[in-house]
Amino acid sequence: MEKLSFEYPTSGKKPQRFHVGVVGSGDLEILLEPSKDATAHVTIQTSVGGFGGTWKAVLDRFFESYEEAANIDIHDFGATPGTVALRLQQAVEGSRS
Amino acid sequence: MTPATELSPEVLRMSERRSYIELNARARAAQLLDPGTFHELLGPFDRVESPWLPLQGIVPQFDDGCVVAKGTIDGKPAVVIAMEGKFQGGSIGEVCGMKLAMAFALARRDNEKGIPTRAVLSLESGGVRLQEANIGELVIAEIYAELVALRQHIPVIVVIAGMTGCFGGMSLAAGLSSYVIMTRQARLSMNGPEVIEQEAGIEEIDSKDKPFIWGICGGAQRFATGAADVLVEDDAEEITQAVKELFRKGQPARLRSASYEQYIQRLSALDTSKQWTGEDIRNAWKGGAK
Repeated sequence: MEKLSFEYPTSGKKPQRFHVGVVGSGDLEILLEPSKDATAHVTIQTSVGGFGGTWKAVLDRFFESYEEAANIDIHDFGATPGTVALRLQQAVEGSRS
Repeated sequence: MTPATELSPEVLRMSERRSYIELNARARAAQLLDPGTFHELLGPFDRVESPWLPLQGIVPQFDDGCVVAKGTIDGKPAVVIAMEGKFQGGSIGEVCGMKLAMAFALARRDNEKGIPTRAVLSLESGGVRLQEANIGELVIAEIYAELVALRQHIPVIVVIAGMTGCFGGMSLAAGLSSYVIMTRQARLSMNGPEVIEQEAGIEEIDSKDKPFIWGICGGAQRFATGAADVLVEDDAEEITQAVKELFRKGQPARLRSASYEQYIQRLSALDTSKQWTGEDIRNAWKGGAK
């Protein structure tokens, strides 16, 4: 198991909290909550080590269009980058509905 | 103009059905409660997760795979506890097991105070979580004690839908409940077929032989031999209605666990030198023991 954390600048707008996903094979769960400061904090616990670069690439792409001040906590159980991107999108959509 | 396609009534019914099996634990709990009454206790945002899994290099889940929700069923106060089969096989660890046991305890306290809180347990569980074995077993004992205390006040209904099934410690919880509802896809057994094959060899049981396995521990067989009270289609609405009807019916005439002597007799009379099929068992054990 590996723990990773990332930070991104935001517009300061706070999101609604939302939970999505399951820690099952090839899947992940995401907790999205308003952050206490104006920075987005992402923490990841993943069952597959050695993919820090891939996580950074997926998150860099995500934060190109997402700019809310969110705490995003991820429990990953071997999801592919595509699944991670979809779950992130689902979390954002859920937090806006 | 193309003529309208004729569909058989059976196909039409299937197309209208909403699967319960495909719902996750949280959606199952919301489904069984009256619409709009779902209120989760110790949900994922409370982050009460397993302290033991990360120590063993395993990623935990924010709700530890157990959803506890208050609400109403048929307008009456209720608690629904739903296990998530996709997280660690729905296994019972310290946190999720304690959430389950304490939900029963709170429902019992309500009943003692004159609030007839109903309880439903939606099970997908391989049994105790091996990474938390000793604590898990202790918590399972708590679950049994609380279940037995609660069922004196009000029926405790177990729903087993699939596809994980219900094995090990939680199969005994199903046995202790007031009523068991199963789908055909669900399985209920003390030892899972994979475990028996691993321990006793493929000549004892072939866990890949699905017709044989479901013939022994599948929902239809368990219903036919009295280990389940209601057999339902994988239909969220039908299962919700089945739960309501059982609560309207009230306490069972006889608890399944009160018939243990009859079950022991049945088992000790079995000739284990031959391989019994599901059909053999159905013929030998006509009707339930209840």
